[in-house]
Amino acid sequence: MNIEQRTQAFLSMLRHCQVLGMTVEQANENGLIIKLPYSELIVGNPTTGVVHGGAITTLMDTCCGISTVCYLEEFEICPTLDLRIDYMHPAEPGKPIYGFAVCYRVTPTVIFTRGVAYQDDRDMPLAHVVGAFMRMGSAQASGLSLPGLGGEA
Amino acid sequence: MSEIEQLVHQAHQTGDYLPLIEQIPYARMLGMRVMRLGEEMIFHLPMNKDNIGNPILPALHGGVLAGFMELGAMLQLMVSTNSPTFPKIIDFSVDYLRAGLSRDTYATCQVWRQGRRVGNVAVTAWQTRSEEPVATARAHFKLD
Repeated sequence: MNIEQRTQAFLSMLRHCQVLGMTVEQANENGLIIKLPYSELIVGNPTTGVVHGGAITTLMDTCCGISTVCYLEEFEICPTLDLRIDYMHPAEPGKPIYGFAVCYRVTPTVIFTRGVAYQDDRDMPLAHVVGAFMRMGSAQASGLSLPGLGGEA
Repeated sequence: MSEIEQLVHQAHQTGDYLPLIEQIPYARMLGMRVMRLGEEMIFHLPMNKDNIGNPILPALHGGVLAGFMELGAMLQLMVSTNSPTFPKIIDFSVDYLRAGLSRDTYATCQVWRQGRRVGNVAVTAWQTRSEEPVATARAHFKLD
């Protein structure tokens, strides 16, 4: 499988992401883009129709977490250690939101990721994000039994 | 007064925030509830298979847990400021401490600072015991 197929396979496993209708837009060695379509379900302010921050957190946790696939030789389960989101401005209702993430440092234990959430222009982001993810070893080697750490996947 | 402002007002009066929560589509989708014990609020996220991320554990999606905590922080701040509108999120930071399994999740919030323009809220989420949190978070909100 190429990088794009691997990221798609990963995303399709995550039930909540399927409920929100997330799809992989682009995946290569320079990072990952995931699309979150606008939906009434994720509105946080019923008066304005603005999407709730939690849906953007979910998009960015997913995007940063799956971006590890673009940088690792083998598929690994990488639970989220922490995530921080800074909001630049609210999302415009009715339009999809895109998450873009890269891994800027991969160590044997931790992967450091960062990215943005945007709508029309990646240079005018809605939010900036940084997240650290734990490496648990290859999915097969770890037997998928994850001690302790939780988070995205 | 808008419909939302009326609901906020009613919730403040009666101490029942569920009708307000049910007006927030995202909170309704997650299935969030709240228990009010005196002045304190415990937010409750019942187990829901649509909130699962990792299907193998299975575990709550980290983003769902974060979204639930952000909603709790926002509601707690509305209660403590008696705000008629939804505070706007400025930033949100979450530390995942242990796997959030596919079971009921609870959260409590602490408003550490409430200025004229900005509020700071800490959130602790747990599943089995409050001393063993699954995640802690901190959020800043802009107050109108």
